Amino acid sequence: MSNSLWTDAWHRLLKNKLAVFGAVFISLEILICILTPWIAPYGFETQNLELTLAKPSMVHWFGTDNLGRDLFTRILYGGRISITVGLLASLVSVVVGVIYGAISGFVGGKTDNILMRIVDLLYALPFIFLVIILMVYFGRNILLLFVALGLTQWLTMARIVRGQVISLKQKEFIEAAKSIGVRTRSIILRHLIPNALGPVIVYLTLTIPSVILEEAFLSFLGLGVQAPMASWGTLISSGVEVMEIAPWILFFPAFMLSLTLFSLNFLGDGLRDALDPKGAKD
Amino acid sequence: MGLKYILRRLLTMIPVFFLVVTVVFFMIRFAPGGPFSAEKKVSPQVLKNLEAKYHMDEPLIQQYFRYLGDLSRFDLGPSFKHSNRTVNEIIGEALPVSMELGLISLCWALLIGITAGGLAALKPNTPYDYIPMSLSIMGICLPTFVIGPVLVLVFGLWFNWLPVAGWNSWQDRLLPSLTLGFAYAAYISRLTRGGFMEIRHQDFIRTARAKGLTEGQILIKHALRGGILPVISYLGPALAGIITGALVTETIFNIPGLGRFFIESALNRDYTVVMATSLLYFSLIFLCNFLVDIVYVILDPRVKYE
Repeated sequence: MSNSLWTDAWHRLLKNKLAVFGAVFISLEILICILTPWIAPYGFETQNLELTLAKPSMVHWFGTDNLGRDLFTRILYGGRISITVGLLASLVSVVVGVIYGAISGFVGGKTDNILMRIVDLLYALPFIFLVIILMVYFGRNILLLFVALGLTQWLTMARIVRGQVISLKQKEFIEAAKSIGVRTRSIILRHLIPNALGPVIVYLTLTIPSVILEEAFLSFLGLGVQAPMASWGTLISSGVEVMEIAPWILFFPAFMLSLTLFSLNFLGDGLRDALDPKGAKD
Repeated sequence: MGLKYILRRLLTMIPVFFLVVTVVFFMIRFAPGGPFSAEKKVSPQVLKNLEAKYHMDEPLIQQYFRYLGDLSRFDLGPSFKHSNRTVNEIIGEALPVSMELGLISLCWALLIGITAGGLAALKPNTPYDYIPMSLSIMGICLPTFVIGPVLVLVFGLWFNWLPVAGWNSWQDRLLPSLTLGFAYAAYISRLTRGGFMEIRHQDFIRTARAKGLTEGQILIKHALRGGILPVISYLGPALAGIITGALVTETIFNIPGLGRFFIESALNRDYTVVMATSLLYFSLIFLCNFLVDIVYVILDPRVKYE
């Protein structure tokens, strides 16, 4: 049964051209990011001071920046950071959100009520301001960045998982597991979470672009990734500084960031339509 | 809905507000560095006087309660960095600027979004539908800090039509507000289209059509109220996003608004200004969500809050 659900979803996904494009693009991008140290044409900080702000050419595909560094290389390395931050921070949000939502939905009653009230309250808070203060005051540590950005994103995940768990809880197979004395922990881990996986995957795919966007936002303001590291956000920000004389330095990182966000969003929408055909519209 | 619901919502704001005050207060105090650590070396005596002036020599917990006391009288204290200015004065100047930017952006978002979305829904699967909907995908995927510089580059530097920085004339308002409003216009156009498409097939619209109303009349008199609901519920997140996005927009266009003071004071460890701007942001966003919920209930009688 569960096999046919995933096979059906797979076929539906393949019919959605934009989603397939997104999936292919993201897979390629992740592959390139992993291989960056071997395929990058120049070193990340290799300078050619005689060739600063060079136009795109055969030697430097995307041109060079104001310090004579190859922009193509920097975008590859920047992508590594942006995508890693996106993946790891989303992972943090999934872990927190899934555990929180599963407990809330499974225990139910008063606990559920209190836990969800807390989520409601936190929803109203603009976490990005806290993240900014956190980043400014506790050093712009990249590990802190993952955790802080992850913690801004878990609320919706918790709600989705809770809803799933509540509807699954009443199904017979859970009842059966309970009646033969399976421990609560195992029921949650073995039966509830795997069955609630579909919506979690969909929402995860949509969380990654928003985390990448938040990281770029912070880096643009100079509060995210610090030199000598660079993410797409920092590259865009330094592109803005020289856009009047060398607009391509702004264009390429901005284009890569937008294309990535575009792909992830379409993949997420496609997955949602594929996994939940009832919810699909137009 | 009733007074009871409104009161309860406002009451829940109090503990959250306290939580935010406490978290932000202790977070910035426990962090290394202080407002006087960045400056040139001052003599120990001067440092002592400075600390005494700002009550920094007291135990932290006493400072916390002093801050709460001042806050209850709406006194946000003196700024650490802008000497001779109180935080109230700074906020008094910066808040109207940010509010104006936010409101103009919201107007753009609603005006462009609802018009484009309505048009698309009226003529689905025609160029009136495809063109704005493709543009809206761009609007959603291009972040503010890409749209802003591109607009500056094209309209400010290449064509030289509009000013690229400052906040004096009405032309100064155009680029920043369009930058900030564009993404929300994009979302709103999609939501409007979706809302209208759904409502087109409902019975009361068919009745209206059977009575012989024109499509335009149906749209304005009957479909608008229901079709606009998804937009209204999106307004809460949209306002929060506009307030956050203003941080970047104000930086790009060099606008003397709240966002600039927030970033600057966070970097300078200007404790009182960080506190005040964060609290203001929290309150603004809380209030916006609250207002949106109320408008939603007024427009859609099916929704009830207990």
